[in-house]
Amino acid sequence: MAVTKRRTTRSAAQAAPALPSKDELIRYYRDMLLIRRFEEKAGQLYGMGLIGGFCHLYIGQEAVVVGIQAAMREGDSVITSYRDHGHMLACGMESRGVMAELTGRAGGYSKGKGGSMHMFSREKRFYGGHGIVAAQVPIGAGLGFAHKYLGDGGLNACYMGDGAINQGQVYETFNMAALWKLPTLFVIENNKYAMGTAQARASAGELFERGSAYGIPGYQVNGMDVLEVKAAADKAVAHIRAGNGPVILEMKTYRYRGHSMSDPAKYRTKEEVNKMRSESDPIDNLKKLLLDQGITDEEALKVIDREVKDIVTDAAEFANTSPEPDPSELWTDVLVEA
Amino acid sequence: MVQVLMPALSPTMTEGKLAKWLKKVGDTVKSGEVLAEIETDKATMEVEAVDEGTLTEILVPEGTENVAVNTPIASIKGEDEAEAPAAASPTPTASVAAKPAEAPAAAAAPAPKAAPAPAASDEDKWFKSTQTMTVREALREGMAAEMRRDETVFLMGEEVAEYQGAYKISQGLLQEFGDKRVIDTPITEHGFAGLAVGAAFGGLRPIVEFMTMNFSMQAIDHIINSAAKTLYMSGGQMGCPIVFRGPNGAAARVGAQHSQCYASWYAHVPGLKVLAPYSAADAKGLMRAAIRDPNPVVFLENEILYGHSFEVPTDPDFILPIGKAKIERAGTDVTIVAYSICVGHALAAAEKLAAEGISAEVINLRSIRPLDIDTIVESVKKTNRLVSVEESWPFAGIGSEIAALMMEHAFDYLDAPVVRVCAKDVPLPYAANLEKLALPQPDDVVAAVKSVTYRK
Repeated sequence: MAVTKRRTTRSAAQAAPALPSKDELIRYYRDMLLIRRFEEKAGQLYGMGLIGGFCHLYIGQEAVVVGIQAAMREGDSVITSYRDHGHMLACGMESRGVMAELTGRAGGYSKGKGGSMHMFSREKRFYGGHGIVAAQVPIGAGLGFAHKYLGDGGLNACYMGDGAINQGQVYETFNMAALWKLPTLFVIENNKYAMGTAQARASAGELFERGSAYGIPGYQVNGMDVLEVKAAADKAVAHIRAGNGPVILEMKTYRYRGHSMSDPAKYRTKEEVNKMRSESDPIDNLKKLLLDQGITDEEALKVIDREVKDIVTDAAEFANTSPEPDPSELWTDVLVEA
Repeated sequence: MVQVLMPALSPTMTEGKLAKWLKKVGDTVKSGEVLAEIETDKATMEVEAVDEGTLTEILVPEGTENVAVNTPIASIKGEDEAEAPAAASPTPTASVAAKPAEAPAAAAAPAPKAAPAPAASDEDKWFKSTQTMTVREALREGMAAEMRRDETVFLMGEEVAEYQGAYKISQGLLQEFGDKRVIDTPITEHGFAGLAVGAAFGGLRPIVEFMTMNFSMQAIDHIINSAAKTLYMSGGQMGCPIVFRGPNGAAARVGAQHSQCYASWYAHVPGLKVLAPYSAADAKGLMRAAIRDPNPVVFLENEILYGHSFEVPTDPDFILPIGKAKIERAGTDVTIVAYSICVGHALAAAEKLAAEGISAEVINLRSIRPLDIDTIVESVKKTNRLVSVEESWPFAGIGSEIAALMMEHAFDYLDAPVVRVCAKDVPLPYAANLEKLALPQPDDVVAAVKSVTYRK
């Protein structure tokens, strides 16, 4: 267990005995497409000045959260950093509430007081949405601690980027999580760039091996393929639920858009981005598989496309018409009144 | 002839028990041999001989309690020493006894004498039946009572379990509650503070012990950004019921990095509550309130006060409200507000001032945020003069905040400018004389009171 293995994309795929059911495959497609369309709309609203401040889009990385969440079950908890819209949608949070938070309106998940980086849903066990790089990592382990303490059988999926992985608190957390066998799945979403700094310029060694000194198994996974993500997540989750402590999954992924909306994109070439989009797009590739294998047809997918488009249009409409928070909200929620 | 002196086992120890002699009169002792065992409420330690010779006299028999530091406990005659009268000035010979003759802490914090009774308050109902206990015991009892009451309360920190607490605050808790609820952490403040915040989000009520609050700076991002702000950022969804506690401020001779008051730092932050108990009753009553509070609470203790004894209510339901100051001593000429150990300085000053005919009212703030502004204002309306006392630095300290608040709430009642007695605006020095100069002393409070009462 203490041995760190490099699990290549191929072997992870082999580990999956069969394709998931048709319903599951369709759901992955639909969930990834919803994130894609939602983020495109958010980018558009940002450009129109309806969304302010920081806005980090998830476009390109959809297979990661959809594949991981497909391996989760009711009662598990999720936490991530500030590139969080996709995670919220994958946790089942409402598009309307997420979009209205982006526009800073009363109908948002945080009544407009959190913004893009700070949204939560106790109901869906989504614990944010954290703006400090890597702060969510010990908090995620703490959620795992609570699952274990309460004996509720749940685990925490703790997402972080390839930038977060160089923060000291990540290793403080790995140590305690391994020492106390906490039920936490650490997912490194390696999209190759920590803001504008390429992985090779910031990180020595392989990221999936970063837990090896603590005996945490680590695997590298093709994060552009939802099926490989799901297969790797299933194995990791089984390991964790059996009481063996945490697992690290490094997801090799890619974000098509800038780090945030204000990104000069000088640190990578257009060709690189275009190559990833045309060859490795998680949605296009799943669509091709669905059609090639005759699992569904163009017409059925178009129905899904329309449904997703309607959800996003409705969310944007809601986000633009929801009122701004009442001025009295300035003073609420500072403390819980005992 | 050299004398072996009662050693100090810690920077704040002033007395201890001579538990056992391992040598008897007539024995030869070699350098490094253990002569005796010393106990305090925090630790047991062996006294080793520094000089060689024959143990000629045991001055303090074993089993003696409350032996003051630096009391001669035995005499050793050197091998080549002629039979001669004992040296006029004895040299300390125990290796751990190389301490200043008088621990500054002991001088700085006398136990208050019986003060004139303050006006009756709601709190008095608890004090019909009391028992004497140290602040250390009161803190432990407060935690234990809440852990018995609520299964989701747990304690984590460095050395809290098997070692029984670096300052013995958690003594016995591991035995009573087990290692699921009393958890030794690695030395990893940033990590375990964040982990505890996550546990609080996940439905538990963590008590995080920092070995001293100085180390909370390693974790301050989680205290402020993760614990204090999330309720607001989540539109009220995500409460964080957690207590961050540990000794705060100066201990004695531990130098600048281990001697800092964080009251002003944490009190600056909306979303946090900040408490600073003085007495054992404060410690117990507020600890219970802090643990039950649905918000993050920073609980600032004081190492020197840990060993001080006070009367604590015996009622098993005893608890104090957060946000209520306590009038420790009623007076008419000047109001002195203080928190934590400085309440002791204020009371000592009030005693001296009384002898000079100045009647001082002493307010123990206890709660820094929320601050009991009403109690201060009501007192100032009566005395028209205010002195604040704290171990924080002056710039942007709690005294500064109180001075500003008095401008807003009591301007017309002030007959003199508010005066702040604070730590000097320097990192705390190690040298005993400089350390004493740097920290507020009762005489500084007396001088401040005289300045606001225009007395010489």
